[in-house]
Amino acid sequence: MLTISRALYEKIIEHARRDHPDEACGVVAGPVGSDRPVRFIAMQNAERSPTFYRFDSAEQLKVWREMDDNDEEAVVIYHSHTATEAYPSRTDISYAQEPQAHYVLVSTRNEPEAEFRSYRILDGVVTEEPVQVTDGTE
Amino acid sequence: MAIEVRIPTILRSYTGGAKSVEGSGTTLDELLSNLDAAHGGLRERLVDGEKLRRFVNVYLNDEDVRFLGGLETPVRDGDTVTVLPAVAGGAR
Repeated sequence: MLTISRALYEKIIEHARRDHPDEACGVVAGPVGSDRPVRFIAMQNAERSPTFYRFDSAEQLKVWREMDDNDEEAVVIYHSHTATEAYPSRTDISYAQEPQAHYVLVSTRNEPEAEFRSYRILDGVVTEEPVQVTDGTE
Repeated sequence: MAIEVRIPTILRSYTGGAKSVEGSGTTLDELLSNLDAAHGGLRERLVDGEKLRRFVNVYLNDEDVRFLGGLETPVRDGDTVTVLPAVAGGAR
C-alpha cells in the first residue's frame, strides 16, 4: 500500500497536468526504510516526449547524492502517461531498478481528470497496490 | 591504488550488501574488471560486450562518463565512481 498525503498527491497530479502532453516525472523522497513519502522533487524529463521519460543523468546524480546525505531514499518514483492508461508499460517494467520504490503512474489522457495508481515492480513483476491519501500537508 | 565505487541498492547483492567498494585500474574498463574479480557478475550488469549498458549511469566524480571516454575514461587513486540505474520508461 502507498500512504501519501493529499498535498503530495496533488503536487504529483499538478506536475503531470502542467507538462501534458509531455510525460512528467519525479521522485518523492523519505527517510530510508520508513516507506513514508515526504519530500517532493519534480525532475526534468530529459526526453521531453509524449511517450518516453528519462531523468537527466546529471540531475539524478545531484538528487541521489542529496538523498544519501539526508539519509533518504526514493520512496515514490512517479511519471505520467499522456494518452494511455496509468499502468506500467513494457519499458516501465524493464527499466524499474529501485526495489524499495512505489512506482506511481498518473494518466492525463482524459484531461482534466487524472488517474493516479501505484505499483511495486520487483524482478519484472508488477503488483498494483492500494493508495491511501491522508489529510495532512507534509 | 584505491578508487571508491559507490554501488546502488539493486547491485548490492554482488557486494555482500556493501554500498561502496574499492578497486583499482587506470581506466574504467580495468576498474570494472578488477571489481568483478572480487564481486563476480558485477561487471556484466554494467557492460554489454564492449560498451557500458545504456540504462546504467556511471559517473566519475561529478561527471557522467558518457561525456568523458565511456569505458576508456581514465581513472586514478582518489577518484570516486558512482553507479546509478537510470530512471526511465514510457507509454509503451
